[in-house]
Amino acid sequence: MQEYLPVLLLFGFVLVNAVGMLVLSHLVSPQRPTPVKATPYESGMPPLGSTRDRFSVKFYLVAMLFIVFDIETVFMIPWGVAFRQLGLFGLVEMVVFIAILLVGYAYAWKRGALEWD
Amino acid sequence: MVIDLNNTAGLLLALAPELVLGFWCLVVMIWVAWRHGSFEDQWVAGVLSLAGLVMALGTVIWLWASDARAAQLAGMMALDPYRYATAVLFLLGAILTVLLSLDYLKREGVRIPEYYLLLLFGTLGMMFMGGGSDLIVIFLGLELMSVAVYVLAGIDRRSPFCAEAALKYFLLGAFASGFFLYGIALIYGATGTTNLVLIGTQVSGFALSSNLMALLGLGLLLIGFAFKVAAVPFHMWTPDVYDGSPTPVTGYMAAAVKAAGFAALLRVLFHSFGGVVVWHEALWWLAVITMVAGNLVALAQRQLKRMLAYSSIAHAGYLLAAVTSGSSAGAAAFLFYALAYTLMTIGAFAVLAAAGRGGERGVSVDDLNGLGSRRPWLAAAMTVFMLSLLGFPGTAGFIGKWYILSAAIDANQQLLAVVLVLTSVISAGYYLPPVMAMYMRAPSSPEAHSETTVAGGARLVVALSAALLVVFGFWPNAALEAARRGSTGLTPAVVYTVEGP
Repeated sequence: MQEYLPVLLLFGFVLVNAVGMLVLSHLVSPQRPTPVKATPYESGMPPLGSTRDRFSVKFYLVAMLFIVFDIETVFMIPWGVAFRQLGLFGLVEMVVFIAILLVGYAYAWKRGALEWD
Repeated sequence: MVIDLNNTAGLLLALAPELVLGFWCLVVMIWVAWRHGSFEDQWVAGVLSLAGLVMALGTVIWLWASDARAAQLAGMMALDPYRYATAVLFLLGAILTVLLSLDYLKREGVRIPEYYLLLLFGTLGMMFMGGGSDLIVIFLGLELMSVAVYVLAGIDRRSPFCAEAALKYFLLGAFASGFFLYGIALIYGATGTTNLVLIGTQVSGFALSSNLMALLGLGLLLIGFAFKVAAVPFHMWTPDVYDGSPTPVTGYMAAAVKAAGFAALLRVLFHSFGGVVVWHEALWWLAVITMVAGNLVALAQRQLKRMLAYSSIAHAGYLLAAVTSGSSAGAAAFLFYALAYTLMTIGAFAVLAAAGRGGERGVSVDDLNGLGSRRPWLAAAMTVFMLSLLGFPGTAGFIGKWYILSAAIDANQQLLAVVLVLTSVISAGYYLPPVMAMYMRAPSSPEAHSETTVAGGARLVVALSAALLVVFGFWPNAALEAARRGSTGLTPAVVYTVEGP
């Protein structure tokens, strides 16, 4: 377990650091709250109602479709970097991979997953 | 046939069954994308899936018959008879389920052709579980199977029980996957590899059988598997999920999903932890508790579907007893019993689907009264299923239990064998009442059972399962020989050496 000691030390340092900053700023800073200052910060906009609101299931669908193509990019970037070393084999592999994704894309499109209404 | 895994052709050949099935998933997906408007389109999707499953089955059997093996240490997927034998089991279960669903979905008004697509994906995941010789591949297969089955459990969107089943299964299944993954991480930490054979070499070569990290990882893996195969005390989700799902899906879960969990469990234990004693004890207790609790609670059920759900828990106990023996005789007994169990449980659910309507939750034992006089063939088939589940001589269930018993006694586990016999006797208390109701009581009304029909694919499922159960009950030698050959790949012949951790 000796080799884990630096990890433990780092963990302790991070914990003390984070908690210390919060506690110190709380103790040291002057606090004169007004109603405007006490509202949650929403990028400069006045907050509109509660955040605990139900929203449409359509957002989940879009998010899931986004993840699929996001991961596709994650696979394609290292492939592009190593393209010359991988040669023809790598090209065929990537074509197969994209063909499989295209089938899924066509399915999602035809089934209306990309329609908002 | 020796396959060289160093060239592309060899790799493609080694993965042929999975590639065929995976390609066919895409074909069905395209069909479903363009044609999903009517029940006829859905029926065509079912027939297409059937064709894909049969082709994959043909490929597996061809590989098995030509005795395909790898020239090198197989990295991700094993090339051994055990993989082919388990793949045959899963494909058989999936084929029976598709046949059963062709008419069922139309009758129940479920028009979601993705049903068949999900069945294909689930079966593909199972094949990766049964064949994976790397914990990562097994995990990927487990997830592919589980995600497909979560959706299948809730495929009937109008039924609140379906939604309950899907949500419960998803939440607890995802939780179990977490255990499984953490187990893999700990085992990797202890051995420095996720390859099953190399883990085995590390564990025996570096005396890791009492290493805390490796044992903790093994324990977490066992918990993950116990969830998937519904062993007591990790079975809490089973009755509600099996009860709420559409009946063909319940049959698929009870037969194929459970077999997939056991197939991967057996390979992990045999390849990686063959020399570790402690899992025998853990599984011994799991098996005993599962057999006792499953059978006792099943006695109290009045609804047929719930009764079959608890019966499937009890059968997980019998299969665990086969695994506990830790010998290749135990593995062969598992393969044979899983085959018999697939036939008898899908057959029983097929009869249940014929007898009920609207998810079949309300069918009680009394609703079968007088089926013997109105539908003699259906009643005879149901009798075969019940007797085989009970383990009555003359059925495949008896031969399967016999081989589990002999494997347990060979492994010096007499107490386990005694518990198995006693709990089987208890199970007569709930397998026989449906038979008695069918033959010894009068129909409740003149028009009773007028709607109890099996047509088309479902009739084929019932007839084929019942016939095969009787055939394997009287002439089990061919199937036993196949099971014995299927279990030979489990103990690696060559000991590979690796660098230290």
